[in-house]
Amino acid sequence: MEIYADNAATTKMSRTAIEAMLPYMEDIYGNPSSLYSAGQRARAALEDARERVAAAIGAEPREIYFTSGGSEADNQAILSAAEAGEKKGKKHIISTAFEHHAVLHTLKKLEKRGFEITLLDVHESGVIDPGQVKDAIREDTCLVTVMSANNEIGTIQPISDIGKICREAGVTFHTDAVQAAGHINIDVRAQNVDMLSLSAHKFHGPKGCGVLYASKKVRLSNLIEGGAQERGKRAGTENVPAIMGTAAALEEACGNLEAYAEKLIPLRNRLIEGLERIPYSELNGDRTRRLPGNVNFCFEGIEGESLLLLLDDRGISASSGSACTSGSLDPSHVLLAIGRPHEVAHGSLRLTIDAGITEEEIDYIVSSVTDVVGYLRSISPFWHDLECGKREHVFKN
Amino acid sequence: MEKQYHMYSEKVMDHFRNPRNVGEIENADGVGEAGNPVCGDIMKIFLKIENDIITDVKFQTFGCGSAIASSSMATELIKGKPVSEALKLTNKAVTEALDGLPAHKLHCSVLAEEAIKKALKDYYDKNGIEYDEDLFPECEDCEHCVR
Repeated sequence: MEIYADNAATTKMSRTAIEAMLPYMEDIYGNPSSLYSAGQRARAALEDARERVAAAIGAEPREIYFTSGGSEADNQAILSAAEAGEKKGKKHIISTAFEHHAVLHTLKKLEKRGFEITLLDVHESGVIDPGQVKDAIREDTCLVTVMSANNEIGTIQPISDIGKICREAGVTFHTDAVQAAGHINIDVRAQNVDMLSLSAHKFHGPKGCGVLYASKKVRLSNLIEGGAQERGKRAGTENVPAIMGTAAALEEACGNLEAYAEKLIPLRNRLIEGLERIPYSELNGDRTRRLPGNVNFCFEGIEGESLLLLLDDRGISASSGSACTSGSLDPSHVLLAIGRPHEVAHGSLRLTIDAGITEEEIDYIVSSVTDVVGYLRSISPFWHDLECGKREHVFKN
Repeated sequence: MEKQYHMYSEKVMDHFRNPRNVGEIENADGVGEAGNPVCGDIMKIFLKIENDIITDVKFQTFGCGSAIASSSMATELIKGKPVSEALKLTNKAVTEALDGLPAHKLHCSVLAEEAIKKALKDYYDKNGIEYDEDLFPECEDCEHCVR
């Protein structure tokens, strides 16, 4: 059996998205900036895509900027707000401890430039309380950036409530919605979001294409200088085929959100319940306030990379927050942020499923993980120490 | 043709999938453990030694693919060898026997060398055999866990 359970890493492109792209590689390949009709046809398509993306998230077309992906959109959003803040002497930014590195590393860079960064605690649940944002806002706060849903543990943040608080305080609010877009409802107007980042390949669109939504009240700074594309805020000839694929994929995903959740949530819960039967295992992040397709567990006494390799041998593609899979010495900053000790965080497994999965496949994943965890524990001296009481368990049986 | 890419050599994957000498030895003549759970890898080596020859060796490992493969290969390299020869085992020899390890995984072979040396030291200690302390570097000498 071949089961792709790493949809938070990337997704298979939808047929609709592929077909939306093809004409713009084969026939309508003109440069949208060109005056002749071949260019203007591409321009018309580009603006049509912009309108459709805007409609899918409740924005206006002129508030949509196409980028190379989620990371670029995050960088541009944060650096723009910081630059605008700096001009008014406001150099304080609020974020959370478990943001994506595209956000955290940008904030680190700003810290070196004299900005003060407050990273909010995300609790064991992996969900922040809007009151934390309210309490952290100061006179000199220029930006609040909180992800819509976490990329590892899938927990969904109270974006509307945070948006309301920021609006009342007059602080710009950005959300990294890379994991949320196309998976849960987004309405930037209703949720009081000033800036939002999304990435097409997370919802069955093409890789290398993202969107920065920036409210018309926000002043953007350029990351890339050059031509006047994207209202002069993002130079470079537009990737028209990818943009067409992005619009088609987002439209398709957003038009199907209810059915998607209805189908996927029971399967996700079946997977959670199955894995919970493994002794000394625990779900990471809140049980219900999480993305429909996200399951993330820690298993005591084993290491994540060896678990992934053995699952791969059984046809299952998954991911882990263990240090060994990241190439660094520390396990996932997300798992550490929700309070998992290092030794437990090394034994993590993220399964991100898509609506195409069947109950049989879920059961196959559960039995495979149960077998592999059992085997790895049988050869683990750490597990033997836990079993004979030489070391103490972190989880209950 | 699609080019196959894997971060590990076929030898590493073979020793990872089918580890040799897994298990423990009751009343072992020497036991050594290296690493710690915070760093994400622990190796434990059990030795049976008769007339100065390692007649049996077993291991248990908590760790990534290369940690399991390194332990397996290290046990193969010392099985049936005299203690004096096992003492000369280096992490480089383990890595070479595995057809190489990715740079960020080299510490796994260091851990295997260390666990074996600790087991040999334990054997010397248990039997009151004198030895040169310098033969047995401490875990702290490795930079892997330095934060």
